[in-house]
Amino acid sequence: MERDDLIVNDSYALNAHHSEAEGVAIRKKIYMVTLILSVITAVEVGMGVVFKRSETFTWTAIKWTFIILTLFKAGYIVMTFMHLGDERKNLRNVVIFPYFMFIGYLIFIALTEGAAHFGLDLKFH
Amino acid sequence: MSGEASKAISKEVLWGGGRSPFSVSYGKMMMWYFLVSDALTFSGLLVAYGFSRASSTADWPIGEQVFRALPGLEGHYPLAYVALMTFILIVSSVTMVLAVEAGHRNDRSEVIKWMGLTIIGGFFFLGSQAWEWSHFIHGSGGCFLLAEDVSVTGPDGEVFEMTAGDAVFMDHHFGHLMEMYLAGNTSVALTEEGGHVVLTELGDHPHDAHLHGLTLNKFIEGETVIEGEAMMSLWNARSNDFSFGANLHDSEYAVQQSYSDFFFFITGFHGFHVFSGVIINIVVFFMVVNRVMERRKHYEMVEKVGLYWHFVDLVWVFVFTFFYLI
Repeated sequence: MERDDLIVNDSYALNAHHSEAEGVAIRKKIYMVTLILSVITAVEVGMGVVFKRSETFTWTAIKWTFIILTLFKAGYIVMTFMHLGDERKNLRNVVIFPYFMFIGYLIFIALTEGAAHFGLDLKFH
Repeated sequence: MSGEASKAISKEVLWGGGRSPFSVSYGKMMMWYFLVSDALTFSGLLVAYGFSRASSTADWPIGEQVFRALPGLEGHYPLAYVALMTFILIVSSVTMVLAVEAGHRNDRSEVIKWMGLTIIGGFFFLGSQAWEWSHFIHGSGGCFLLAEDVSVTGPDGEVFEMTAGDAVFMDHHFGHLMEMYLAGNTSVALTEEGGHVVLTELGDHPHDAHLHGLTLNKFIEGETVIEGEAMMSLWNARSNDFSFGANLHDSEYAVQQSYSDFFFFITGFHGFHVFSGVIINIVVFFMVVNRVMERRKHYEMVEKVGLYWHFVDLVWVFVFTFFYLI
């Protein structure tokens, strides 16, 4: 069979070459995303240093902020740097859908079980 | 009479027909499938970490307290080094995506430039991780566990009810000599008189380390340094159970071993990915230098190795949040 990674004149979206002018626009987008990622990281570190851990609502809110900011960062990396945003919708779903299903479930079950385990340790130690 | 499988399928929709179901090449799609499975592995590791932490009844160390040293500097810089590592990896991801972009313009010299910078960034990250591991393994002074209950008053008048088995932390200089002394190094001598504890090293560069203070709650919230008589009552209540740094059997950071085990496994597994990424980057770099991509008339190989490299960055973003920040 012909090796499709050696096909020269195929129509795959990302094998299509782009011009100098298009390159300028793409690079602008790349630098913009770089700036966003750096600012988010700096904000996360700042928050980690400033806010102290406690049992209060504030710390819970901070934790969720970390998680949401991380998902934003992950989204930018996957959609822009890895070009998944430019791929076919089918490929995008095949890559992303397993996470919402399996990992969402796994996180739920592990944290629920972990908390139950914590309760048992307190009771029987 | 016959099912779907026996129906003739137009060659147009098959791989053999030269068309991909997702309009990507076979190699790129398989790279995506590999990354999906690899991401599930990392998710499993981080979820296991979450399980251990949620079920732990002992105090769990926090990132700002454990990771606050910078190479060659005294003092505390919470998370600064990890933030630097994160920044190095993000920048190397940017140079990688610029290499891919240059490849789409068939600009060989720019691909070489950006891929070269990506490889350098990868080495910087690996070097940083080596230093961090070394610092984590050596520790920052070590601790001993109390043999009996002690009640001490802190500098702010706060009373700490310490119970047997609680950890008390030494400073870096004292802990270093203490480790040598406990290991049976005959050039180190311990003297205790009049409320002073001094360790003396008699080797080529003789020097003393005085016990100035002992720290409570070093790796969790509420770090307090205890001095004077209260310090001596902690010192006199010590057991023979000392820990210095961390390895696979012992850890100064937490009572439970799982914290340092997860550190070694998660950052180690990620570091191994970075290492293999650098190697593959170097291979593709030399393919570009040797004009292999020019003969193929496209730079898709750069794009595929780029996907792997960005994935390594992506994993670090999650490790950074769940291991260091939260």
